[in-house]
Amino acid sequence: MLIILPNIALIESSFRPYLPLNEIDGPRDSYTLANYQRFLSTPVGFDIFGMSIDVPIHLRIFITTVLYSIFVTAIILIIGYPAAYYMTKTISPSNMAIFFIVLTVPMWVSEILRSFAWFTILSFKGPLNALLIEIGVINSEVRWIRGYYGIIIGLVYTYMLFMVFPLYSSMQSLDKNQIEAAQDLGASWWRTHWRVIVPHCKPGIVSGCVMVFMLSAGSLLVPSLLGSPNSLWFTQTIQQLMLEALDWNTGAAYSLLFLSLCTFVVVAMMWAFKVKLSDITN
Amino acid sequence: MRVSSHSRNLVPQAISNSADPEKPSEGSVELEHVSCRFGSFRAIEDLSLTIRAGEFFSILGPSGCGKTTILRMISGFIDPSAGTIRIGGEDVRGKRANQRPTSLIFQNLALFPLMRVWENVAFGLEMRRVPRSIRRKRAEELLTLVDLVGAEDKMVSQLSGGQRQRVAIARALAVEPSVMLLDEPLSALDLKLRQHMRAELRSIQKRTGVTFIYITHDQSEALAMSDRVAVMNKGRMLQVAPPHEIYHNPSSGFVAKFVGETNVIEGKLVRIADGFGTVESPLGQHRARVSHNVQGESVALYVRPEHVDVSRQRQGDNAIEARLQDVSFEGSFALVKAVTAHGHVFLVATDNNDLQRLPSNTENVYLHFDEQQAFLLQSDREQCIT
Ligand SMILES: Nc1ncnc2c1ncn2[C@@H]1O[C@H](COP(=O)(O)OP(=O)(O)O)[C@@H](O)[C@H]1O
Ligand SMILES: [Mg+2]
Repeated sequence: MLIILPNIALIESSFRPYLPLNEIDGPRDSYTLANYQRFLSTPVGFDIFGMSIDVPIHLRIFITTVLYSIFVTAIILIIGYPAAYYMTKTISPSNMAIFFIVLTVPMWVSEILRSFAWFTILSFKGPLNALLIEIGVINSEVRWIRGYYGIIIGLVYTYMLFMVFPLYSSMQSLDKNQIEAAQDLGASWWRTHWRVIVPHCKPGIVSGCVMVFMLSAGSLLVPSLLGSPNSLWFTQTIQQLMLEALDWNTGAAYSLLFLSLCTFVVVAMMWAFKVKLSDITN
Repeated sequence: MRVSSHSRNLVPQAISNSADPEKPSEGSVELEHVSCRFGSFRAIEDLSLTIRAGEFFSILGPSGCGKTTILRMISGFIDPSAGTIRIGGEDVRGKRANQRPTSLIFQNLALFPLMRVWENVAFGLEMRRVPRSIRRKRAEELLTLVDLVGAEDKMVSQLSGGQRQRVAIARALAVEPSVMLLDEPLSALDLKLRQHMRAELRSIQKRTGVTFIYITHDQSEALAMSDRVAVMNKGRMLQVAPPHEIYHNPSSGFVAKFVGETNVIEGKLVRIADGFGTVESPLGQHRARVSHNVQGESVALYVRPEHVDVSRQRQGDNAIEARLQDVSFEGSFALVKAVTAHGHVFLVATDNNDLQRLPSNTENVYLHFDEQQAFLLQSDREQCIT
């Protein structure tokens, strides 16, 4: 009940206009789709895939958020898969318990502190630049917190474990003999992964990706702290509406839109990669 | 196995290596002073073995003696700590499992559950980039060979244990290996199916001419199927010989006891003459064949239950006085337990028809055996685990 009630209130308020306090419940307070329509207003130029088209500004922020979240998910998958595979090979399940506790220690620290730590590390005169200059990778400071760099780094760090956990557990459940059987039949390292390990881990990969995507797209702290003036995350738009413009009604409408559109993106991706819902749950 | 006519002529084109006169030893496997350690644990100790091309070779030994380790070394999953392995005369050091001409059938089969039966069978061909239509055709041919026509599009989970077994065999044969390595492949099946599959495996091996190295802890399986059997214990090879030789002329007490039931008389060697030895024990003096070297005077005489007779009168020298105790009915024969005055237990196998004529358990009887059929070996009381 406590979970459902606020949501119902949210849905309800999203269909009401934003009015001064004294007009609430007055004659102009009727149900309307105006809040949702606002999402499609105020077109601005938007360069995407080499084309320049006019897109409503909030839709543009939404698309950017989704694309960067997909990008973050892809990076996390690319780093997380080998990491999980390596862990499966080198760490026995009994040691894994200890290892995971060590891994989750950063999770005990609040997200604000973690993001702030990254803010410090990535800052212009911060330790990362100092280190990279020291070992000669770069020869002058790089402005990491520029565009979406900071957000991407922050999100990858923050949500990595949400990929590694499900991947590790699905890899752990694969019979090692199957890997050897594939190799015995002539499979190269790469083909063994592609034909045997990845198909087996598909549920883990899918649930990891869905989780990471949703968390990244819905993250507020990371984009707020590690974002730059020219990076915009959709959650920040909602926050501005609710806390700065105090327009809770449009904020509610946007939240719902965001939730349903993200769900739509996930479903579309699952359809594109031929994943069934049952793959995740079993 | 039912051999359909077209599965018979499928074989020469399918697997032709042993018939190839230019490479007579393609399927041979040699192990030379091979050792394998896991940390400080010595799993395999200085093992040398030559397996001929086209042979059905079994490795027999108790659980944990290192059989799987040997197979994994041959197939390339573990490297020996010392020694050389040659397949087809070629040193395979440094070759990974996916480059060796071997196919391993795993103890748990390790079929791919997410693939259809035919995809499982054709997996090795897929890895060799054979086009899909040819793969499909070859899978069908191989499934015919193992008597599984019509299962191509099923999932592995829809098959019975025996059918999965056949899929595993077809999958291993698909890559046309020179050597097939089988790790207790029948242990998960029930007795009847196991006996049936024994015959099938043997017949597939005969028709394909591929070298089979077959691992088992079941002595009757090894004796029934093999051209030669190697008996091992605790990482060491004890005897390598044809099945009848292993059974009738074991080289050590361990082999004698591991391969079939046997009676033992421990005692002192008093003399050897003309290939026969006499052992003195609390049961008296008995004579038996000596065909393996005996050192020292502590020896053991072995005689199999089927070579012991029971009678009311003492006849000849090799006799033991005892009383009959239990009879256990074994189907085609019966095992009778006889106990001497010293408490020494003997097993006697008798024909079921003779059961009624056996003396009762109140009278003393004599157990006899022929000195030709009993054998003397060095006593291995200390090393033996029985
Ligand atoms: N990877 C390994 N690490 C440590 N010990 C092992 C390993 N593989 C096998 N062993 C040990 O080596 C011995 C022989 O094992 P194995 O070859 O599997 O026996 P078998 O197949 O005859 O039952 C066993 O005692 C086993 O515990
Ligand atoms: Mg084994």
